[in-house]
Amino acid sequence: MKGKKLAILSALSASVLIISGCSSGSDDSSGVAIEVPDIPMHEAMGEFEGELNIVNWSGFVEPAWTDKFTADTGCKVNPRVAGTSDEMVTLMRTGQYDIVSASGDAALRLIVGGDVQPLNLDLIPNFSDDIAAGMKGNIYDTVNGKPYGVPIGRGANLLQYNEEVTGGAPESWDVVWELNTPYKGKITAYDAPIYIADAAVYLMYHKPELGIKNPYALDETQLAAAIDLLKQQNQVIGEYWSDPVAQITSFVGGNTVVGTSWEVLRKFAAKDNLKTTLPVEGSTGWFDSWLVSSTTKNINCAYAWMDYTSKPEVNGAIAVNFGMAPANVAYCASSPEAQAHCDTFFAEDEEFFKRIWPWTTPIETCVDGRKDVKCTSFQEWTNAWATVKG
Amino acid sequence: MSTKSDFRGSRPISSFFLRKPKVRLISLLSLPMTWIVGVYIVSLFLLLITAFWNVDPFTSRVSPGFNLENFIMVFTVPAYIATSIRTLFIALSVTAICVLLAVPLGIYMAKIAKPWLRNILAVAITLPLWAGYLVKIIAMRLVFTEEGFFNWLMAPLGIRGPGFSIPIVILTLTYLWFPYMALPVYTAIRQIPPNLFDASSDMGAKGFTTVYRVVIPLIVPAIIAGSVFTFSLSLGDYLAARFTGGATQMIGSIIAANINLNPPVAAAYSMIPIAFVVIYLMVARRTGSLERM
Repeated sequence: MKGKKLAILSALSASVLIISGCSSGSDDSSGVAIEVPDIPMHEAMGEFEGELNIVNWSGFVEPAWTDKFTADTGCKVNPRVAGTSDEMVTLMRTGQYDIVSASGDAALRLIVGGDVQPLNLDLIPNFSDDIAAGMKGNIYDTVNGKPYGVPIGRGANLLQYNEEVTGGAPESWDVVWELNTPYKGKITAYDAPIYIADAAVYLMYHKPELGIKNPYALDETQLAAAIDLLKQQNQVIGEYWSDPVAQITSFVGGNTVVGTSWEVLRKFAAKDNLKTTLPVEGSTGWFDSWLVSSTTKNINCAYAWMDYTSKPEVNGAIAVNFGMAPANVAYCASSPEAQAHCDTFFAEDEEFFKRIWPWTTPIETCVDGRKDVKCTSFQEWTNAWATVKG
Repeated sequence: MSTKSDFRGSRPISSFFLRKPKVRLISLLSLPMTWIVGVYIVSLFLLLITAFWNVDPFTSRVSPGFNLENFIMVFTVPAYIATSIRTLFIALSVTAICVLLAVPLGIYMAKIAKPWLRNILAVAITLPLWAGYLVKIIAMRLVFTEEGFFNWLMAPLGIRGPGFSIPIVILTLTYLWFPYMALPVYTAIRQIPPNLFDASSDMGAKGFTTVYRVVIPLIVPAIIAGSVFTFSLSLGDYLAARFTGGATQMIGSIIAANINLNPPVAAAYSMIPIAFVVIYLMVARRTGSLERM
């Protein structure tokens, strides 16, 4: 039955529905019905309004590509950089912004809260087959079959290690979780409630008896197990990071030997002894998409912007500037440099991204499709996270 | 001010206010009162009232209401209690270290050092105030990294720094807030008349006795004034802990973590440092030093 629903869904959105990370996950999540406010979508393009207010990650909106957009459409771009997903949600709720480059952990919160509107993909011709399959139709930005997001790019939360100290790639995340880790006091972890999912990914592999099928669908027992693991990690951790610069100086300065990182941070650290690996358990990752405010006054500029940034060359420029895998993989073939970038960030490697669980806001409806239990919401994750660090 | 007739005619505004004392008072106080009540107290009140509000578990939206759950959390979650105690300990340590350093330095600067050296020291104390707050924290971070300046300097002696931890947070905060203690203490010591030292010495007191029996009692108000700064600024800080504390969590860390995700808990938790400061001021008042400030 779920397979049939999936087929209808695919036909409707004319896209392949793949939930990265787990093949069974895709079947289940298509059966997830989430209650969302009914907001109409934009029917047809009209005149450009002349401005566009964007909440974005640092490096997503640069004159190098906004100047041409403004010249083409007359939409003046006003970017506002946000530092965290939570800040993005807060900013979008002010109603002063038209569009946001949200990661999956912010997206579902905005969708469920009625802060963003469903999208009419017919008005975005560049949202084509060239968009990486693993970035289409994911639960974090496609709810009840309706698309809310246009993919920008993605990256994995990898295990970074100092090879001089470890003498090779750690095979497992156990070096950051277990009390007998050889790197006690030299471990770093990402400082946000969404990091609970990383504990859940580890438990999925090592404690199958907990029955975790999706790290973002944790019932109370499963969340408690993840929190226990995080408290255990707290005894061996050196530092939590949310500021990329602090993480880089920590690895470069020798305070940190192993811990969560992004490929782009390793590149910035520019030290040959720092390497990244994807351990056997898999990992989490951030998948970013453009979401349009439900109260926007600049809807046509917003659609034009989403179409413009989905072009291979523009999407590639954003991905190179930020340091992530571009959503539009047509960019990769455009030049040898582009191909090198795509290879570094696994842009075309769906097998790699199948082992990555995209950040998704945990909500009370279990996104793994379970109906018999209530899952823990992001609010509970936030409260639980505060108890971890003691 | 001599007689009313002097002002009449020549200075109409002054004479108007002189005749209407109530209008005079209102116009004098209206601007500062607008500032204190309108900007300061109202915004503080709006913040604190959020502590009773609800958060939608589905969307994290805040909606007005009344519940005490956030306060119950603040006083029952072990991590929150531990963080409150840890922060209090850090703030008291910073204050104590600042006093221990500021008093001898103040005595030396005010009474012993030559004028040129006194000026250099005064500049040296105030100079860090000119640098950005974040710059100073990052500087401390760089000094105490594993391959940083401290470990490099101490390597020949076989000493290694403690790594990012509570002692480094205390050190960083002491570095940040020391001028706020050193300046009032130094000023207070300068104002002690030199003949008190002579009198003390005439009566047979040695150096330390003079400091303990004469100087300290006279500068207690200055120390209290300085400690209000060092104590309350340390209580509210979280960036020092974030950048130089490793996994150390302070009250500010929890407030900062919740400010976007769960503003009511952040508001409820911000009552803790307010309570600490109020208790601190009440203790200071009991010693009678606030009146002499």
